[in-house]
Amino acid sequence: MNGTIKRVSVACLLMFGLLMANVTYLGTVKADDLRTDSRNSRAFFARYAIDRGWITTDDGKTTLAKTVDTGDSTYRFERRYPMGKPFAQVVGYFAPESSSGIEAAEGSYLDGSHPDLVVRRAIDMISGKPAKGASVDLTLVSKAQQIAYKDLASTGKRGAVVALDPKTGAVLTMVSVPSYDPNPLAVANKDTVNKAYNKLDKDDNKPLLNRAINLTFAPGSTFKTVTSAAYLSDDTSRTAETEVDAPDSLPLPGTSISLPNYHGESCGGRATLVEALTISCNTPFAKMGMDLGYDKLKEQAAKFGVGEPLQIPLEVAPSNIGPDQGKAALAKTAIGQQDNQMTPLQMAMVAAGIANKGTVMKPYLVNKILGPDGSEIDATRPDELSEAVSPEVAGELTKMMVNVVAHGTGTSAQLPGKTVAGKTGTAETAPGKPSHAWFIAFAPVDNPQVAVAVFVESGSAGNDATGGAVAAPIAHDVMQAVLGE
Amino acid sequence: MSAVDVTPVPMTAKRRGAQLGMLAFAVLIVMGAYASVGLGINDKIPSGMLGYGLGLGGLMLAAYLVLAKFAPWADPLLLPLVTLVNGIGLVMIYRIELAGAKDASAASQLMWTALGVVMFSATLIVLKDHRALQRLTYTAGFVGVGLLILPLLPFIGTEINGSRIWINVGFSIQPGEFAKLALVVFFAGYLVAKRDVLALAGRRLLFIDLPRARDLGPVLITWGVSIAVLVGEKDLGTSLLLFGTFIAMLYIATQRTSWVLIGLLLFVGGAVLAGQVFSHVEARFDGWLHASSNDLYYRQFGSSYQLMQGLFSIGSGGILGSGLGKGHPTLIPFSFSDFIFDTLGEELGLTGLMAILMVYALIVQRGLRTSLAARDPFSKLLAAGFSFLLAWQVFIIVGGVTRLIPLTGLVTPFMSAGGSALLANWILIALLVRMSDAARRPPPQAIQDEGLTQVMQR
Repeated sequence: MNGTIKRVSVACLLMFGLLMANVTYLGTVKADDLRTDSRNSRAFFARYAIDRGWITTDDGKTTLAKTVDTGDSTYRFERRYPMGKPFAQVVGYFAPESSSGIEAAEGSYLDGSHPDLVVRRAIDMISGKPAKGASVDLTLVSKAQQIAYKDLASTGKRGAVVALDPKTGAVLTMVSVPSYDPNPLAVANKDTVNKAYNKLDKDDNKPLLNRAINLTFAPGSTFKTVTSAAYLSDDTSRTAETEVDAPDSLPLPGTSISLPNYHGESCGGRATLVEALTISCNTPFAKMGMDLGYDKLKEQAAKFGVGEPLQIPLEVAPSNIGPDQGKAALAKTAIGQQDNQMTPLQMAMVAAGIANKGTVMKPYLVNKILGPDGSEIDATRPDELSEAVSPEVAGELTKMMVNVVAHGTGTSAQLPGKTVAGKTGTAETAPGKPSHAWFIAFAPVDNPQVAVAVFVESGSAGNDATGGAVAAPIAHDVMQAVLGE
Repeated sequence: MSAVDVTPVPMTAKRRGAQLGMLAFAVLIVMGAYASVGLGINDKIPSGMLGYGLGLGGLMLAAYLVLAKFAPWADPLLLPLVTLVNGIGLVMIYRIELAGAKDASAASQLMWTALGVVMFSATLIVLKDHRALQRLTYTAGFVGVGLLILPLLPFIGTEINGSRIWINVGFSIQPGEFAKLALVVFFAGYLVAKRDVLALAGRRLLFIDLPRARDLGPVLITWGVSIAVLVGEKDLGTSLLLFGTFIAMLYIATQRTSWVLIGLLLFVGGAVLAGQVFSHVEARFDGWLHASSNDLYYRQFGSSYQLMQGLFSIGSGGILGSGLGKGHPTLIPFSFSDFIFDTLGEELGLTGLMAILMVYALIVQRGLRTSLAARDPFSKLLAAGFSFLLAWQVFIIVGGVTRLIPLTGLVTPFMSAGGSALLANWILIALLVRMSDAARRPPPQAIQDEGLTQVMQR
């Protein structure tokens, strides 16, 4: 009988061998697939086991996102957003299965998985402490941010405000309205979060989108600054005082229609560039565009950053002046219509570029990254994006824009004791539909510290909203807040 | 032939000291695991650790003393190995209870362990010679079948989670666990008596000697009983366990490969038939084959949810595991019974699972060693039968929860929560200990030089 017993022993050995081989296969080869399977809740639990770094602004003085220790064994660390709606699209949310905004873009620093933090993480693991992430300090000025949000939201407007430091590119304000409260999205419960998220996602006003960078809109007359920049750069003898044709109506070649001025106003046949921009005549700029040609206009726009993919570190939708569709279309493109589509950030970059003597700085949101022990791990150094125009052209453009605020369509942006340069925009969206209202500006002119773009979406501020009436006052408040008055 | 040199028969070492040392080591590992659970969950050594540790230590010391007195020549490894798996099972159930699984109770598992040790001791004390069981062959057969069909009786039989394998007599028992023991005793006794007949060759087909048709009776009856268990109690696991063990013992007794083939054929035939007739068998099979598909994962009946959660658990554990107390055992339904192996995988990792499989393999190996050393056919067959039963059970359940084979519900011996299985398995170990004692006991020394008429062993 011993022979068969030995054979059965071998069979038993084989069975254990198979089990061990299979367990090894699961624990090594398949382990990663199993660990990261979306149905494996451990990944979800792991999100709450990390003492996530905070998100602050105003040099750490204002907390935008913080982590609280709930003491719960499964969901120990929960995320809170004390400043709520005004900062929602920038800061983002940290939901059970997704994240957005800075929470996503700087996720590896916040959860401590970034290579810069690897030593620290190893120490935490060995000492059995929960992993702690790095903090992210933003460049936002919370006071200006809140004022911008209040100005837009209090009257039920939809839109966006972006303010930049023209000398560095730091984003001082980035507001998108309507907004949402990120706190309900940060609850450690997939079902309630999904419900809250779906409700926001289905909202027709799209509160989850950051209008400042995710969407593009027709910039209207604010784009005339770009057309002027191209026109002035094309021939160095031209100045703000150069006279241009300003007919009451400009026949568009190849069509039977003519382009009128806003509300059919007259600009007197001939006007200087300053005059044309001050009262925002359409015909001179349309003609300038046609004379310059598509390529020169596009090239000038590109020098301001149009079409450049940007991460600030949030992903920015590229702006675009539209395709080359002939002279008639180009005339409209030159005054910010047709298929000309800009993000509010892009228009703020135009204002900032002019303010900074023609040099556009790369916009950025993150001021610095602080390790769990408070030591500085990384800080953003300002970086040049491009030289849009020469300092001389920038000076002429500034002169023109100063006149807009002093005597033209943008008077409501005037600040006491400071010279403000600006340009209004009222962009037709579709025949019979209300216009978008725009305003771009910077101040003070002698030492620019803030460049701003205000965008108010079509229909949300009455049917005959203009940039001067609706957008300029908001820019006024934001600039005032940034300048500390 | 001249006078034969009388060399003394080599004495088997008792290794009592080594056994005590290893037992202490096993208890120490278990206490360490307790402490680790507490530290992992709330950075504190659990207050009950000393109680649990001393309780387990005391129990095992008692078992050791009984063993030393009543089976002094017994295999020194069996008791420490079983103590280790039983202890780790206790710790894990304690850990799952702390995590909030409502049906997991470490206290009740400890109580059942204590009762198991009592049964172990009682078996050793009462059963001085296991060969007495040979006289009870047919009684054991009847008792076994009777226990098997007990849950089918009205009033006392209860169905829980789709399987009708419990009876309720004030508390719930799974008579099937004890039926296993009785049936292995019956198989051993029966096969020893009939093996010569069963080994007779009938017709020869290709290179295999087929048994005679009239000898097919016992196989068919066992197969029938297994199918009945499968159908009547919806218990795939026990059905597979019993039939497989019977075939293995039949092979050992008759040395005929043809029996294994016939057994396999019958099994496959039965499985295919069952799969077609009974939806729950087919569901199990589907759930195994396409476990990770969303259709099966989310379906309401017979979903692969539990299996996949078990696999997630092992995968998340990786090589070293999360550490005791730091995993998420409550994600797996029945983490403390059928799926305790996967739960261990998360917290102890691949390393821990390999160690546990190794311990099981060693227990089985010690049992088979006993079988080889045993001096009479009945003992050989009984020891081999029990060892194979243990190995086969581990293979079925661990293979099931790791998706090596289709999942059939069985307890993981000594680890899963459940009193009946614990008691039955402790009795099984007591019988193996008793047989190893007999096998290792040195033969009576010759009183005088018996010259050429020396008694040969074996």
